[in-house]
Amino acid sequence: MFKNKTARQNAITYGIILAAMAVMLPMQMGGHLSSSLSGLLVPFCYYAILAVSLNLTVGILGELSLGHAGFMCVGAFTSAFFTKFTADIIANSYVRFFLGLLIGIAFSALIGFLIGIPVLRLKGDYLAIVTLAFGEIIKNLVNVLYIGKDSRGVHFSMKDSISLHLEPEGTVIVAGPQGITGIDRTSSFLIGGILLLAAVFIVLRLIQSRDGRAIMSIRDNRIAAESIGINVTKYKLLAFTVSAALAGMGGVLYAHNLATLTATSKNFGFNMSVMILVYVVLGGIGNIRGSVIAPVVLNLLLDYVLRKLQMLGSNPVLQFMSDNRMLIYAIVLIVIMIMTWSPKMIARREALFNRGRKEE
Amino acid sequence: MRKTMRVIGTTLAATMVLSMTAMAADTFKIGGIGPVTGPAAAYGSAVKNAMEIAAEEINEAGGINGYQVELNFQDDEHDAEKAITAYNTLKDWGMQILEGTVTSTPCVAVAAETVNDGMFQLTPSGSSPSCITNENAFAVCFSDPAQGTLSAVYIGTHGLAEKVAVIYNSSDVYSTGIYETFMAEAENQPFEVVSAEAFTDDSSTDFNVQLTKAKDAGADLVFLPIYYQAASQILTQANAMEYAPVFFGVDGMDGILGVEGFDTALAEGVLLLTPFVATAEDEATASFVGKYEEKFGETPNQFAADAYDGLYIIKMAAELADVNPDMDAAEIGSALIEAMPQITFDGLTGEGTTWDASGAPTKDPKAMVIKDGIYVEAE
Amino acid sequence: MSFLNYLIGGISLGSVYAIIALGYTMVYGIAKMLNFAHGDVIMIGAFTVFIATTQAGIHPLAAILLAMVICTVMGILIERIAYRPLRGAASPLAVLITAIGVSYLLQNLALLWFGSNAKSFKSVVTIPPLRLAGGALIISGETIVTIIACIVIMIGLTTFINKTKPGQAMLAVSEDQGAARLMGINVNGIIALTFAIGSALAAIAGVLLCSSYPSLDPYTGSMPGIKAFVAAVFGGIGSIPGAMIGGILLGVIEIFGRAYISAQMADAIVFAVLIVVLLVRPTGLLGKKIQEKV
Repeated sequence: MFKNKTARQNAITYGIILAAMAVMLPMQMGGHLSSSLSGLLVPFCYYAILAVSLNLTVGILGELSLGHAGFMCVGAFTSAFFTKFTADIIANSYVRFFLGLLIGIAFSALIGFLIGIPVLRLKGDYLAIVTLAFGEIIKNLVNVLYIGKDSRGVHFSMKDSISLHLEPEGTVIVAGPQGITGIDRTSSFLIGGILLLAAVFIVLRLIQSRDGRAIMSIRDNRIAAESIGINVTKYKLLAFTVSAALAGMGGVLYAHNLATLTATSKNFGFNMSVMILVYVVLGGIGNIRGSVIAPVVLNLLLDYVLRKLQMLGSNPVLQFMSDNRMLIYAIVLIVIMIMTWSPKMIARREALFNRGRKEE
Repeated sequence: MRKTMRVIGTTLAATMVLSMTAMAADTFKIGGIGPVTGPAAAYGSAVKNAMEIAAEEINEAGGINGYQVELNFQDDEHDAEKAITAYNTLKDWGMQILEGTVTSTPCVAVAAETVNDGMFQLTPSGSSPSCITNENAFAVCFSDPAQGTLSAVYIGTHGLAEKVAVIYNSSDVYSTGIYETFMAEAENQPFEVVSAEAFTDDSSTDFNVQLTKAKDAGADLVFLPIYYQAASQILTQANAMEYAPVFFGVDGMDGILGVEGFDTALAEGVLLLTPFVATAEDEATASFVGKYEEKFGETPNQFAADAYDGLYIIKMAAELADVNPDMDAAEIGSALIEAMPQITFDGLTGEGTTWDASGAPTKDPKAMVIKDGIYVEAE
Repeated sequence: MSFLNYLIGGISLGSVYAIIALGYTMVYGIAKMLNFAHGDVIMIGAFTVFIATTQAGIHPLAAILLAMVICTVMGILIERIAYRPLRGAASPLAVLITAIGVSYLLQNLALLWFGSNAKSFKSVVTIPPLRLAGGALIISGETIVTIIACIVIMIGLTTFINKTKPGQAMLAVSEDQGAARLMGINVNGIIALTFAIGSALAAIAGVLLCSSYPSLDPYTGSMPGIKAFVAAVFGGIGSIPGAMIGGILLGVIEIFGRAYISAQMADAIVFAVLIVVLLVRPTGLLGKKIQEKV
């Protein structure tokens, strides 16, 4: 049916997302889905988009980034600012969202490109720490940004909303640490699913193109790639910028899923960057399908299964697990990592697998 | 990986089935949302604990309208997205009334959901005005602007100082909210704000710079619209650099005497505007503090008191509206919204508290001064 | 005068970063892994001293020894259970993620055991503050002790690594694990020893951190941990004097940024300086040049 193995693998990845949409969308529309599951569908989409986009940097380009949430932050804030700013100019919220999406993607791509120029000159852990630094700088700057508008125009301040000197009827759009409130909640599972498909499509196309092979050759041996005439800087920047743009897309989806948007270390700082990295590594470095599945599995565990355990009955063990979800999550994370990555465990599993085969 | 997923899948199926069946109409299902993990965990845990105590008392005394109360508290990690997840989980559980959320940003996010569901929402401590813009949302605590204005007026009318310094947390909604209204009101007051310095959650250990600036500017009063943990650090560091102005706090300062290991002598002379006093001698406070200390081994703070009162406020409104657990969340919600402006509540966090349709409480905070390790009402 | 005050403030904050960075850089230099759980080991160390002194009434010095023992044991256990199985894994990211898992685990265990309410840590330092310029400048006893401890640890570690057999073995392991193994060095043992020393240093760092900045809760270690990590990179990760210099510089930059530019943007300033330094010197101030092999 398919020309080759790659095409079949791609089809499976798209198929999984399409199947999930085909099952969940009608159920959600018909109200047959529990509120908690229904509420998790959009987060699944943006976490998957973020993981897929980071996988491009980590898995395909082979560089560790610890500041990925920074690009998500740029996309989220620029788009939410736009949709809020134009709320009384453009009437249709979907048109606003779409324009906001383009703006969010464009800005995060631009920031990714600008940051990429200095960052990609560094190597290994030093590169990782500089991405962390940029991520924290973005978060910090967003937290001191105050923007308001009144009849005289748009006002900026880096201090507080008093310094905006707005007219009494003016509105503060971005209020520093209080961020933006009253955002249109346009994100839906349909939009999220489409955006996820688009992200996967872009990344897979890139990987399987000539450019993608050039990027992977840099990952595998930079000096060899350079010696056969591959422009290392260009391809590194290409991958990094696309990765940032897609992270921005995830950010747009994130921003329009909640009524309020603030930049904390939990959602746009180091913790989030690390969280996305966990998805990438658990799903498999360089494995795009894994990056779609891993966030879904982990979030289901953390925010669905563990939360619901206590409602299964008054069992003290279940109650304990529910009360200490983060503790259980940490243990599960360590155990899965050792099970899937330890050379000894892999050897043992293979031995078991081979023996099973022989007996058949 | 595959095996793990199979296990998760099975559990998932099991919980899905169960969430359908859990629907019994002989108890009120009251949900709570707040951070019990993460750096804001102290606030959420206090609310969770206090709600448990209040629910136990209410159930022992015969419940609300003769029906027992069942609680379920979900963690939001002080994050808007997790708060929505927590809210949806509670909805699946069959929640009829929400007491939450504890912190402001998640509260704003959840408020956008509750208004659609017609769910009655009472936040014990979400102090940003955007928490209660919807008609179904009410608050136990003051809103931030009210505290900022009241503090400036109090300092001005009592002639506490001529030169005032402010140290606030610019990454915190609560602190920034008070700071801004304080500064706005300060212009009308006889004192001068000589230094206003911020800090952030990421750099909340060292206050050397902020204190040095206040000291160099000759401030004789330092206004601290922040929570007690950071305030305890500031007091310690000011003492180390031998700077002894008057420190003036708001309700977030309450709890400073309960910080384990804190040298309370350093808090001597600190002024704060607060409606709740853990050392107050009236019976209700003493009983609550005693129960809390016995059960959780800690002195309850402002958050706990707000949450404890919150459940009793719900009880009072529910009794006035005469609701019962057979009604759904929206029916109970609209009945309670109507009842709220009619009640007058006496509790730990203030006497004769009333609400208008805006959802904000009307009550008088008392100015307290710390003397010999306890709060004394300031003249 | 306020300039000198800020300088002193910066040095005292920096000395705390430095002492944390020493443990970070040592583990990184030898085991070649970013141990993100280091900050949380610090927190456990500080809690041990807090509980031992306030609830068990143990003398502070004995409590510090106890904390060092507990942290050492914990460091060895973490290395044995969580990190060693992943040595030789297909990607170095595997152990990084596990370290993050360990960090979450320690934070949540502390939350479970000690509760979420911040404790006020009573300083273990009894040395009186140093007064200069007629009392206008005050250097706290904690700062003096932290700086002395930093210097002692730095000299101690350098001597240990250069003059003793296990130290030489550490150097060998850090240069080339495979070759070290062929030379008969017990690589696993040496790495376990590294974690033991690193964790014992974390206990000291925890006590000094909380003596200077007394608020102690389950998340106390995470932000200083990240800052100390930045300091270690700043100075050239793997370099012991570099960690000390990086830590102190970072503290001074942070305080100056807060004092003279903007308190709200102090962190952005610190990170911006880090970026500039790394762009000029890609391996940090005192870091070794990485030779690229074909």
